[in-house]
Amino acid sequence: MNTIYADNAATTRLSKTALDAMMPYLTDQYGNPSSLHTVGQLAAEALFGARKTMAECLNCDPKEIIFTGGGSEADNQALLTGAELGAKKGKKHIISDVIEHHAILHSLKRLEKQGFEVTLLPVDGEGRVDPDDVRKAIRPDTALVSIMMANNEIGTLEPVKEIAAICHENGVLFHTDAVQAVGHIPVDVKDIGCDMLSLAGHKFHGPKGVGALYARKGLLVSSLIEGGAQERGKRAGTENIAGIVGMATALKEAVDNLDANMAKITKLRDRLIEGLSVISHSILNGPRDNRLPGNVNMCFEGIEGESLLLLLDQKGICASSGSACTSGSLDPSHVLLAIGRIHDVAHGSLRLSLCEYNTEEDIEAIIKAVPEIVDYLRRISPVWQDLQEGKRSYVIQ
Amino acid sequence: MLYSEKVMDHFTHPRNVGTIENADGVGEVGNAKCGDIMKIFLKISKDGVIDDVKFSTFGCGSAIASSSMATEMIKGKPVSQALELTNKAVVEALDGLPAHKIHCSVLAEEAVKAAVKDYYDKNGIAYDPELFKDKHDCEHCGE
Repeated sequence: MNTIYADNAATTRLSKTALDAMMPYLTDQYGNPSSLHTVGQLAAEALFGARKTMAECLNCDPKEIIFTGGGSEADNQALLTGAELGAKKGKKHIISDVIEHHAILHSLKRLEKQGFEVTLLPVDGEGRVDPDDVRKAIRPDTALVSIMMANNEIGTLEPVKEIAAICHENGVLFHTDAVQAVGHIPVDVKDIGCDMLSLAGHKFHGPKGVGALYARKGLLVSSLIEGGAQERGKRAGTENIAGIVGMATALKEAVDNLDANMAKITKLRDRLIEGLSVISHSILNGPRDNRLPGNVNMCFEGIEGESLLLLLDQKGICASSGSACTSGSLDPSHVLLAIGRIHDVAHGSLRLSLCEYNTEEDIEAIIKAVPEIVDYLRRISPVWQDLQEGKRSYVIQ
Repeated sequence: MLYSEKVMDHFTHPRNVGTIENADGVGEVGNAKCGDIMKIFLKISKDGVIDDVKFSTFGCGSAIASSSMATEMIKGKPVSQALELTNKAVVEALDGLPAHKIHCSVLAEEAVKAAVKDYYDKNGIAYDPELFKDKHDCEHCGE
């Protein structure tokens, strides 16, 4: 059975180019960049080159890149930096929104316990933060605003450029979690005007366990890990050279092919949305157009998402869901609840996230499989029976 | 794998799926808000034996497998024996469930009991209410 991988928002296949670039650093070139000898200096050169590549891809100076152990670490570090810089000036208020990744939301919980005040802005029915809400929420003591560039579940692209401008009019730092955006849509830190930006290598065909924080020159970044002078004292620990080289190679490959990939993936996405929308009592989550090229997220009334995923997996199709059973808690996805899906419906969600490796055949296979499984699960669902018999009203028309 | 082969078998090929017209007992437990609802239908003979049983379930893989297994375990048994079905027995018969899925087996036990209670109520059969005490502890289900 062929595997159809449509869970690229979770993680992606490592690119062959990235793997090839990594191999020397996992074999013969094992040096520590901090060592003065030749073996070490070869590693230092690789690190220097990777940093330069990353900077070119993001339109920044290499000194503005801090390599981290992933996107979550970069998010944690960005929030700590914003909080600590604010606190020095007596500013202890942070603004974010309700559909952020937990790397942001949980970090904010921690900061709240440390005496910071957090305002989480609502989103509209498509998951969009209103820049005017940001403007209204900013107070004299606001230290930081953190709004994601693209949502990981429903793909909504946030108006980060407008929000960054509003922040700077008011002397407030702006961070964006761009983990889902980098390598998938154009990301230019100068154009966005952000002070900090987080990214993760494995979301664009790089390796896992490596990410980066862009921090504008002049910003005093707080370190999460103490112990050495690596990353100019902002992230101790011997650098993951193979990972960093792999990430930089993957990013360059993604950026070099961005236009072609976006056109291809958007076409696949649109066909998938069209094909799945024929299922009765289904609804697309997130905007129709202003969304990540590879993101499709839908709710199907009367069924539960985990059983849908398991049956798709039986057919070789890898996807994800925002149901409680897959979120590991009693509640379904906080993102789906925030855009107004009620619990009953949010349990029946399906996220398919595509990449340039997907084919038209993959999409047609998904379009064939999903309605069959939804139909099967509805036939054994008492909720669906009640809906059909009028004992319960449809939420999705 | 998340689930045992037994769970996957009962999930992908559930036994006794469907409904029974004019069932002698019907039990429905759970809440769509929590993400699982089980409904069990019983056909009971004059001498109190479960002649037929059907179920429909809205829920995850383990909820569907637990319902399927529970119906198989009570089919052809006297009602009194069906009442002795425990969630633990369902879990064992399924070769185990992940810790956070145990509540699915609790729902299956409760659905069987709710269906039997409905049968008792409909036929004016006296019973000890203690037998039907709620074991399910879900914050949404009480709503």
